[in-house]
Amino acid sequence: MLRDITIGQYYPSGSIIHRLDPRVKFAGTFVYIVSLFVFKTFWGFLPAAVWLITLVIMARIPVKYLLKGLRPMLFLLLFMAAMNLLMTPGEVIGQWWIIKVTKEGIRSAAFMSLRLALLIMGSSLMTYTTTPTALTAAMEHIFRPLKIIRVPVHELAMMMSIALRFIPILLEETDRIMKAQQARGADFESGGLIKRAKAMLPILVPLFVSAFRRAGDLAQAMEARCYHGGKGRTKLHPLKYKLRDIIAYIIMIGYLVGCIFIP
Amino acid sequence: MIRFENAVFEYIRRDDEGNVEGITRALDDVSVHIKRGEFVAVLGANGSGKSTFAKHINGLLVPEEGKVFVGGLDTSDDNNLLKIRQMAGMVFQNPDNQIIAQTVEEDVAFGPENMGVPTDEMQQRVDEALEKVGLIAEKDNSPNRLSGGQKQRVAIAGVLAMKPECIIFDESTAMLDPAGRKEVIATAHELNKNNNITVILITHYMNEAMGADRILVMDHGKIVMDGTPRQIFSKPEEIRKYKLEVPEITELAYRLHKAGAPMPAFVLDEDEFMEAIRSAKAAGALS
Ligand SMILES: Nc1ncnc2c1ncn2[C@@H]1O[C@H](COP(=O)(O)OP(=O)(O)OP(=O)(O)O)[C@@H](O)[C@H]1O
Ligand SMILES: [Mg+2]
Repeated sequence: MLRDITIGQYYPSGSIIHRLDPRVKFAGTFVYIVSLFVFKTFWGFLPAAVWLITLVIMARIPVKYLLKGLRPMLFLLLFMAAMNLLMTPGEVIGQWWIIKVTKEGIRSAAFMSLRLALLIMGSSLMTYTTTPTALTAAMEHIFRPLKIIRVPVHELAMMMSIALRFIPILLEETDRIMKAQQARGADFESGGLIKRAKAMLPILVPLFVSAFRRAGDLAQAMEARCYHGGKGRTKLHPLKYKLRDIIAYIIMIGYLVGCIFIP
Repeated sequence: MIRFENAVFEYIRRDDEGNVEGITRALDDVSVHIKRGEFVAVLGANGSGKSTFAKHINGLLVPEEGKVFVGGLDTSDDNNLLKIRQMAGMVFQNPDNQIIAQTVEEDVAFGPENMGVPTDEMQQRVDEALEKVGLIAEKDNSPNRLSGGQKQRVAIAGVLAMKPECIIFDESTAMLDPAGRKEVIATAHELNKNNNITVILITHYMNEAMGADRILVMDHGKIVMDGTPRQIFSKPEEIRKYKLEVPEITELAYRLHKAGAPMPAFVLDEDEFMEAIRSAKAAGALS
């Protein structure tokens, strides 16, 4: 059922990584990304790969699942590799027509794709181990200082969590409207792009009408329950650091320092 | 607890240029007093002003003329609004469009969070509220997986966690199946009886109104009838004038009564109907 789909790709295994404070995982992902850019030799990949593998094992995420996360980025990955392969000047080791492959090109293509693959897997590890709700809470917390420059941090976080709640409902509704239109003879499968786009119009219109209606209802329900922005608001589950979170921060710093000095 | 004093509210429809196209008087000089602990049903045809009436009770709307007081506080004073909304909670019609959070427990906490209830007290309030509506087992689940009746009970728990004195149900059973409807109405009665919570139940189902202490009938923005179910439904002609239906069993008894059968002019439900037949039989009026 559509209602049961999870947004993002949370993989609940209840591991220690799952139980870490979401802010720690947010910071950890950031540190990891930075660490991928501080080295210039292949040796630098060693700590980064070990780090990722250790975390994946600790988080009990199946490798198959992790690789699945790479799939949507595969095109970007290949594109980057090809660009590096063909555009890097240097010692030519093969040439067909106007295509030249250089030694430096091979090296840099391998380097870039390895780096990008680790980056993608490292960041999807965060979404695998953290619920969208926790991520939203973490973001609200981390970006709180931006309030000084009038970024509506609380409102953005609220928007995000409302969107997360309503996406499955709207998906289900889309499905229902589509079935209703199909029952009346609408055809969404055949024809060219323009014809298909035209067929979508009778779906989008009722969907938008309903989405606006829902938004109005929801705003009223929130107001009726004393919502008046983030001021003076408390939380049922406030984010609180535990000992394990502090230890995780220390390990993280150690890792980053190691990455900078080892190569 | 709730007092309307000559309240008037108008919706002004405007066209694209902002010119007034039409005015609907949704509340027309409404004066009524609802006491603490009462169970009041509000009936009326579509567009008679029931929702507008309801929205005045928790300050979502403020009267243009006249006053509305909730627990002695004037709803037109902005400083009272949060207190009024805490005292008078509202359960709406569409179960999906009033659940905000992604787990049952977090949704129930939404009101208290807005009120700034301290975290240690919050969990206790949430658990108590979920216990009362019988959904404590669903605490950590996604509201999307619940039935319509359960979702409405989550909404009720969300109101209860704010420790209200009054709950307004604006057609909260309209989108539910019969089982879900029963769940919600039973919960409303329980809260009224055990916790002395004032209940205002807006509904199109007459049999739901039969269980109330008092019924208000609205028509074109006015309260046109006010009395116990017995008083209201023993005047079926008047009721029909406001495009309402009398429950079948009550209607049947009324017609029998008019036709000269030994039947009282008003029976509340099937039990009373059977009781009337039995007593008529005992008196030898039926053979
Ligand atoms: N936002 C609005 N703008 C303009 N007119 C409105 C608006 N809301 C309600 N009205 C009008 O005000 C009148 C009273 O509406 P209200 O929603 O209070 O009726 P109701 O008794 O709750 O009806 P229903 O049984 O359909 O829920 C109706 O004539 C309606 O058309
Ligand atoms: Mg209404």
